Amino acid sequence: MKFGVVTFPGSNCDYDTYAAVRFILGEEVEFLWHKSSDLAGSDVVILPGGFSYGDYLRAGAIARFSPIMQEVVRFAEAGGIVIGICNGFQVLTEVGLLPGALIRNSHLRFACKQTTLRVERSDTRFTSGCDKGELLTIPIAHGEGNYYDFRGDIDELERSGQVLFRFVDATGEVTSEANPNGSANNVAGILNSKGNVLGMMPHPERAVEEILGSDDGLKIFKSVRAAFATPHPAGQA
Amino acid sequence: MATNKRATVFVSLKDGVLDPQGVTIQKALAQMGYGEFVSVRSGKFFELEVEASAGDIGQRIDEVCSRLLANPIIEDYRVEH
Repeated sequence: MKFGVVTFPGSNCDYDTYAAVRFILGEEVEFLWHKSSDLAGSDVVILPGGFSYGDYLRAGAIARFSPIMQEVVRFAEAGGIVIGICNGFQVLTEVGLLPGALIRNSHLRFACKQTTLRVERSDTRFTSGCDKGELLTIPIAHGEGNYYDFRGDIDELERSGQVLFRFVDATGEVTSEANPNGSANNVAGILNSKGNVLGMMPHPERAVEEILGSDDGLKIFKSVRAAFATPHPAGQA
Repeated sequence: MATNKRATVFVSLKDGVLDPQGVTIQKALAQMGYGEFVSVRSGKFFELEVEASAGDIGQRIDEVCSRLLANPIIEDYRVEH
């Protein structure tokens, strides 16, 4: 299978993501330039972290209009697997593939640290290799990762099972101390309603080897590969 | 030759959306002795120069605001031209 990693001007996790897929996961991967209108036959498209277009105006606001994003939207709407990591998550909300918006961290500081995520579902294309309730150690690095709950929209996401990852403490409890950015309900990652698009603020590509402090992020990449190898049963996300 | 027109756009977070910058500025003001300013909301301001020959730009500028300058999920905008 083949992964495509989009490079916007200002992306800075594209090489990390490329390396995680190619050298650790061991799958084919190609960079997709933002001006291109060709996904190069990718089976999975990843929008990496960084500061696309310098985060001018709003994080992800300019990137969403790039030529490659028009193809990513088409790909996602046809059921293709898309993952947005950090800035990629912001781009996915701006372009409308994921609901809601990410605003400035409530404490205003850039948050760069290891976090503990709780996997809320194991029946998705992104977490089939995890157990429900499993805790993953994956780092964050962002200034605008506060998933904003406007007028209770988060309740709808909770009801439909679209919250996939949550920031928790070491015992797996959702606490305000474990919330690094002020996100509604400690949200760290969400799915679209069809379950083929994932946005997450933590960086799984930075947690793919023990020497990096954790290899839990690899479980997400392996789950995606497994999902691709075995077409998903109807009714599952 | 006719001079170009100007349009100004003000973008602000919707009422009820947390504005951490505004909160921080308000706290600073209170510390500085300006406690009567009990709330600050921050926003963005854009000045657009419009070709003199352009007709009624009302609809076009609305598109510009809702598609790019503001994120309608969390922000409101106001145009003066």
